[in-house]
Amino acid sequence: MGLNKIFGLYTVGFLGVTILIGLAEKFLGLSNMWIGYLFMLLSLGIYILIGIITRTSEADQYYVAGRNVPAIYNGMATGSDWMSAASFISMAGALSAQGFAGLAYVMGWTGGYLLLAVLLGPYLRQFGAYTIPDFLGSRYGGNAARVTGVVAAITCSFTYLIAQVTGVGLIVSRFIGLDFNIGVFVGLIGVLFCSVLGGMKSVTWTQVAQYIILILSYLVPVVYLSWTIFGIPVPELTYGQLLQRNKISAIEITKDPQEKATRALWKAEADELNAKIKDPATPAADKEKMAAKAKAAAAQAKAPAASDDAKTDNYLTVPKGTGMWNFLALTFCLMVGTAGLPHILTRYYTTPSVRQARTSVGWSLFFIFLLYFTAPAYAAFAKFIVYTKLVGSKISELPSWVTLWKPAGLFDVVDKAKDGIVQYADFVIKSTDFVVLATPEIAGLPFVITGLVMAGGLAAALSTADGLLLTIANAISHDLYYNVINRQASLMKRLLITKVLLVVTALIAASVATFRLAIIVELVAWAFSLAAGAFFPALVMGIWWKRANKAGALAGMWAGFLMTMFYMIGSRFYGLSWFGTLTIASGVFGIPLGFLVIWVVSLLTEAPSKEVQDLVTSVRYPKTGQGVKGEVKFGGGTAAAR
Amino acid sequence: MAELTEQQRHEYWSYNLRLTAILLAIWFVVTYLISGLWAGALNEYSFLGFPLGYYMAAQGSLAIFVIEIAVYARLMNKKDLEFGIREEG
Repeated sequence: MGLNKIFGLYTVGFLGVTILIGLAEKFLGLSNMWIGYLFMLLSLGIYILIGIITRTSEADQYYVAGRNVPAIYNGMATGSDWMSAASFISMAGALSAQGFAGLAYVMGWTGGYLLLAVLLGPYLRQFGAYTIPDFLGSRYGGNAARVTGVVAAITCSFTYLIAQVTGVGLIVSRFIGLDFNIGVFVGLIGVLFCSVLGGMKSVTWTQVAQYIILILSYLVPVVYLSWTIFGIPVPELTYGQLLQRNKISAIEITKDPQEKATRALWKAEADELNAKIKDPATPAADKEKMAAKAKAAAAQAKAPAASDDAKTDNYLTVPKGTGMWNFLALTFCLMVGTAGLPHILTRYYTTPSVRQARTSVGWSLFFIFLLYFTAPAYAAFAKFIVYTKLVGSKISELPSWVTLWKPAGLFDVVDKAKDGIVQYADFVIKSTDFVVLATPEIAGLPFVITGLVMAGGLAAALSTADGLLLTIANAISHDLYYNVINRQASLMKRLLITKVLLVVTALIAASVATFRLAIIVELVAWAFSLAAGAFFPALVMGIWWKRANKAGALAGMWAGFLMTMFYMIGSRFYGLSWFGTLTIASGVFGIPLGFLVIWVVSLLTEAPSKEVQDLVTSVRYPKTGQGVKGEVKFGGGTAAAR
Repeated sequence: MAELTEQQRHEYWSYNLRLTAILLAIWFVVTYLISGLWAGALNEYSFLGFPLGYYMAAQGSLAIFVIEIAVYARLMNKKDLEFGIREEG
């Protein structure tokens, strides 16, 4: 059976089962908890099954899926590898909260693929290595570049992995009420079955299956909303009108006297708390709690438009000055980071040819685009519902979704002014994740759709975790153990080590996740800047400039990595501020420094051997270079690894 | 294994360089100028009911990125065929 037929049947089958569950809910009164369980068991079952069917012990299959994944499927796999719990659950919410400034994420996480497409992807495929440190080791020679690559790859991937595992735990605990810690370990079973049994091969095909679930579940609620409000099932076209209506509502809310009174109450509460924090008599232990409360109260006191006579609301206002600088800097860091994350770059090793690698980047972005293109619409629809259905209603007659979702701790409705009416300032958003998680019910859809969204979020978190785990395990087993420590290790032994590492890494990530450190979310954003500073310059220079040498690359990678790290830690903890740049955009200093250092140090030191220079030229021409079929003889690694 | 003459190599590579440069220039203008620095001014205009600056940052730029990559893949793959260096598969 062809791949198209298999995945076609799978999609239809999955939708069919969803409909069956929906019917069971309507006619048999299937409870919400059971719907949650069914979706979780069903999707985990599929992933485990794919893992078992595609199990393998061949090196080429295990590391690069036999290099025979067709472009379109590699695109889907990259899509779900790329779209994490953050993209699926949090992005629409962040957009709804931040308005225009939040679009840095939408553009940054898509525009990076253009850099990948024209600067890296096809050339890396032509070079033909197994991992990104493998490329660095072969291109620059020796173990130092390889080991630096391993360190940077593990640093970026591991923080990112913990966030995915946390995401799995949150989804499972929120939807089926399992304990967070149990949820984490249940999710891990799904991840480990695939990666341990079949490495990249299993992970690829599982990711394709996961993509289908995640995109269906993302589109269904918002398409339905667009259809019911406008009669057109294309939310991307219709939400422009919503933005206009939302703008009018926002301006009205800003002017409304009762809203003003409510906001004044919040302001008073914030001021009072801040005064207490400044008071030396307050115990230090209470201060942190008070600061959080004061911040929340201050947020409630903020009007949706800048002033009474403002023509537009804060949501649509384009930032100026430092705000614009940070918007541009963050977009840049996210773009370059996207093109520098090892678990994404490795995906282009799995296509059969350079031609397919090029096409595959296109498909990747197309599949990612389907979700990102919809996220701003999601945000606008959620805002619209809050403005029209919630604001102005009586506290005694709250819509049912408010009471249903309150216990989940995503938002709260408090009657601050005690006037019995829900003011906009009475709607306390505790986590903007409510936008994606609660929209199906806000739209009046049956719980089965919420179950579908849960399966989608789970797929997004698991697929990214799969890719990251494999990147970490391969970096250690292939690059560190095999290429640096023991060149004589048999394939059996290497695969065994990889498998053990997968389990160990997953367990460590899960145990770290159970601490629920608040800093994790921040760390993920940091991973982009770190990847951007450490990898991007060395990869681009390695491909595009044959004069780049080992000393330059090493110095440049460390300079980019440390510079980024320096500004991150400095701005986050010690009040360092250059041009008012936010911590999250730290890479904006590390990236140019990385390029500069590679350039200067390479020119000051000896040129790379003619063999290396010829190789760099040869990857420009598909089918002609020695890179293609793996005759790379120098620098260790690549040839013998096949 | 196909062999290219020096002339062919030069032609193929400079075509690639030109294409890459054009695509990156478009990428830069779309991201940092149209959806960034100029977005405030563009918001004065509206498109499908969207303020234009917002539209470009939220949707227009994304669509342009997808098209750019598709164009790149298509043109380069065609060039490969023309120079007889397209891979099977």
